[in-house]
Amino acid sequence: MSFSLHDLYLLLPEAFLLFATCAVLAVDLLIKPTQRGITHWLSIGTLVITLALVVADRGPADRGFSGMFVHDAVARLLKVFILLVVAVVFVYARTYLKDRKLHVGEFYLLALFATLGMMLLVSAGSLVMIYVGLELLTLSSYALVALNRDSPLSSEAAMKYFVLGALASGILLYGMSMIYGATGTLDITSIHGLVSSGVGDNKTLLAFGLVFLVAGIGFKFGAAPFHMWLPDVYQGSPTAVTTFIGSAPKIAAFGMAWRLLDGALGGLHPHWGEMLAVLAVLSLAIGNVVAIAQTNLKRMLAYSTISHVGFLLLGLANGTPSGFAAAMFYAIAYAIMSAAAFGSIQLLARVGFEAEEIDDFKGLNQRNPWYAFVVLLVMASLAGIPPLFGFFAKLMVLKAALDAGMLWLAIVAIVFAIVGAFYYLRVIKVMYFDAPVQKGELALPQDIPLRWVLSINGAALLFLGLFFGPLLSWCYRAMGAG
Amino acid sequence: MMQSLLSILIWLPIAGGFAVLALGTHRAQQARWLALGVAIAALAASIPLLTGYDAVAGTMQFIEQHRWIAAINANYHLGVDGISVALIALTTFVTVLVILGAWDSVHDKVNQYLAAFLVLEGLMVGVFCALDALLFYVFFEGMLIPMFIIIGIWGGPRRVYATLKFFLYTFFGSIFMLVGLIWLYLQSNSWELSQLAALKLTLIQQSWLFFAFLIAFAVKVPMWPVHTWLPDAHVEAPTGGSVILAAIMLKIGGYGFLRFSLPITPDASQHFAWLLIALSLIAVIYIGFVALVQEDMKKLIAYSSVSHMGFVTLGIFIALALVRVSGNKDAAYLGVSGAMVQMISHGFVSGAMFSCIGVIYDRMHTRMIRDYGGVVNTMPWYAAFVVFFAMANCGLPGTSGFVGEFMVILASFQSNFWIAALAAFTLIIGAAYTLWLVKRVIWGDVTNDHVAKLKDIDAREALVLGAFAAMTLLFGIWPEPLTHLMDASVKHIVDQLLIVKAG
Repeated sequence: MSFSLHDLYLLLPEAFLLFATCAVLAVDLLIKPTQRGITHWLSIGTLVITLALVVADRGPADRGFSGMFVHDAVARLLKVFILLVVAVVFVYARTYLKDRKLHVGEFYLLALFATLGMMLLVSAGSLVMIYVGLELLTLSSYALVALNRDSPLSSEAAMKYFVLGALASGILLYGMSMIYGATGTLDITSIHGLVSSGVGDNKTLLAFGLVFLVAGIGFKFGAAPFHMWLPDVYQGSPTAVTTFIGSAPKIAAFGMAWRLLDGALGGLHPHWGEMLAVLAVLSLAIGNVVAIAQTNLKRMLAYSTISHVGFLLLGLANGTPSGFAAAMFYAIAYAIMSAAAFGSIQLLARVGFEAEEIDDFKGLNQRNPWYAFVVLLVMASLAGIPPLFGFFAKLMVLKAALDAGMLWLAIVAIVFAIVGAFYYLRVIKVMYFDAPVQKGELALPQDIPLRWVLSINGAALLFLGLFFGPLLSWCYRAMGAG
Repeated sequence: MMQSLLSILIWLPIAGGFAVLALGTHRAQQARWLALGVAIAALAASIPLLTGYDAVAGTMQFIEQHRWIAAINANYHLGVDGISVALIALTTFVTVLVILGAWDSVHDKVNQYLAAFLVLEGLMVGVFCALDALLFYVFFEGMLIPMFIIIGIWGGPRRVYATLKFFLYTFFGSIFMLVGLIWLYLQSNSWELSQLAALKLTLIQQSWLFFAFLIAFAVKVPMWPVHTWLPDAHVEAPTGGSVILAAIMLKIGGYGFLRFSLPITPDASQHFAWLLIALSLIAVIYIGFVALVQEDMKKLIAYSSVSHMGFVTLGIFIALALVRVSGNKDAAYLGVSGAMVQMISHGFVSGAMFSCIGVIYDRMHTRMIRDYGGVVNTMPWYAAFVVFFAMANCGLPGTSGFVGEFMVILASFQSNFWIAALAAFTLIIGAAYTLWLVKRVIWGDVTNDHVAKLKDIDAREALVLGAFAAMTLLFGIWPEPLTHLMDASVKHIVDQLLIVKAG
């Protein structure tokens, strides 16, 4: 394999991120623990510059490194939001980690490497590249979950995550090997051509490969019945890490699913469309019903994630460009909402008070009306109540489901949306209708960036609900949908 | 200015609501004055709407159309016909009275209370002038959050149960409509109501859509048997919440039938008119009897609302049966007009009744009928108002309550004697439960010390009740301006009913 300067140019944002991360690593070694703020701001700076590089590169769709690396509109759009969301996650994390003596360079570095993995994943042009990107993301994530190594809960979560995640990676890899066996190539475009034209000579092998791929994707998304790891990991991780795992990787997971299912196996849509529909129904049912029984907010949001994955799969199952655009829109909307939800938990948390039980939010409206309002917006958006962003994301995937003639699936989805509304409303109920346990103003951390970014994040849910047109058009354009 | 009048009517109260919210919980008095100012400004803005609307044409006017979301062809498309104008004016009028009514009776988180009502006002006006189905749905669902909070924070002891029930019922209803609307969008590639109305649909398709819409609007109206959220919500809601619920939010259900069910699914509506007529009659009669046995004043009025709203749905669907079966357009027109007059009148009367209950609830903190008796001895002015509104509630000629019911019964006679007879029966039940309520609460000797210590209404309360009374009397004696306003628009709707869409 040979590569030219042009290939490197395509890889510029990723290359910058890699070198800047190494530089941050070096700086972090030299500074005193009290100066950890430098690492924090350098990491955010790295993300912002990488973002600028991604945005500035308006070149045409291209492929580099012999087709390993794809540079197209979808990759660019996904990278923009991945970088943006990770930067927001960093802002939320600082005070939380500091208060818990977890404010270490590893958090930023691991998250930056994970971000690099996500960027490679959404730009992957071959099965190998998908695997490499995914492993970079997940290996960093395992370590992040164990960040609070003295906490048994955290260690247990990391262990579960690692064992199940490794299993999922194995399943995915096994599926890829079968696809390779059937088609004789790892290149996604070539596979697509061979499968569509029916040249992939071993149909049984191809079908088996597909099943394994779908299972692997289901694991990474946290779609039922492959969701077992998700509640424990969300609850057990330090909230700053949960915020990270729960937001940007969903965008990357969408990218991976799209590259594999549409990019490589588009010709098998009749098969994987049905598989995804089944996963969607299970995720909607399990996620929404089990969430009702939760008293821990992080765990409740974990089950809510499963249900949102179910919604996202409605768009994917559609299998047309407009369906993928809807799913992509949903993934981005979910990442933004999820960041705000976990960000609020971090804002309210103090030393010795994790603010992760739903009851911890009792009477928030009396103690701090503004942040109660922000949480109200987040919950209403997650529940899918107009005019908030979450409603329009649901609207688009429901449209995709109806478009594909899956009326029954749309009906199942809305019935569970009603069930889901209940537990989101319960959080609003606790904040607004219940009396606070303690009286007086709430002591919030004096972290101005945290407060402002969270406020903007919450307000954005309302703003994007009214003016989401440009973002949706961007998704449509990137997918080449009419 | 005039071409963006509708936008002003929607966004002025919403912006005002956020401004009131920004004042914080401690500056209660400023919040009250600011909220009142915003509400009066919105009321003032609805005057050019009333005067500038060309009632003779009866078409959609004050049109505003902008691209909203290009990718899915959704437009910010507003416009009003006579029906919408009447309902918008009702909304802005009642909101002012609600804010005045809360002046001394709400002391907890005043700014949030008032802000919720102002935001709600803007959203309700939006519902009445949206001509784009997606925009309509956004306003329609957006109303849930402020109302959820109003009932949940300032409501009675069982407020959490009541507000969750209210929210989930309404959410359940409307989300099926959403699926129906998306399906329609996929057929026509447009959210425009006029385009959806022009779409050819088979009877089977129409029937599915009809039931999707029916669930949404029947819950809102509410019709028997999905009315059970209403008594709970009304009883637990603060006075203002009950007034807005009864006076305006219920009307959105009736409005939805006129804007969605009839134009988009006319054949299915005709096919199932018998069902809707039957449900309406059950509401009118059975719920009337249920109202008779209530011991809680608010619950009694809540059931009486369900019963009165039965007339609205009866008027609408009897018109459909008439025009499609016997081609009797005049009678159909009478039915729809009657339904509309009934909606407006019920807005004033039920709003007034809940305000009256609020007045004594503020003094006694009980809604149980048995705790009262002989209120007339200590509150003569108040008693005069209650008796007047009670008369209107039973549909006494000379009050607005009579006009609408009379028109609907008259229309029903031309379709079927027995339907009319059963509907007319409600006048007796209505009189029974209302007058019995008045007898037990107002007349007689003073029954206990608490009643003996009651103070009569002050100037502010007199202003609120007086304003309601003036409107009730005005449209009772002289309904002409109201019917004139809606005439051409109602005729237009009735004409549309004749179009057979199923191929």
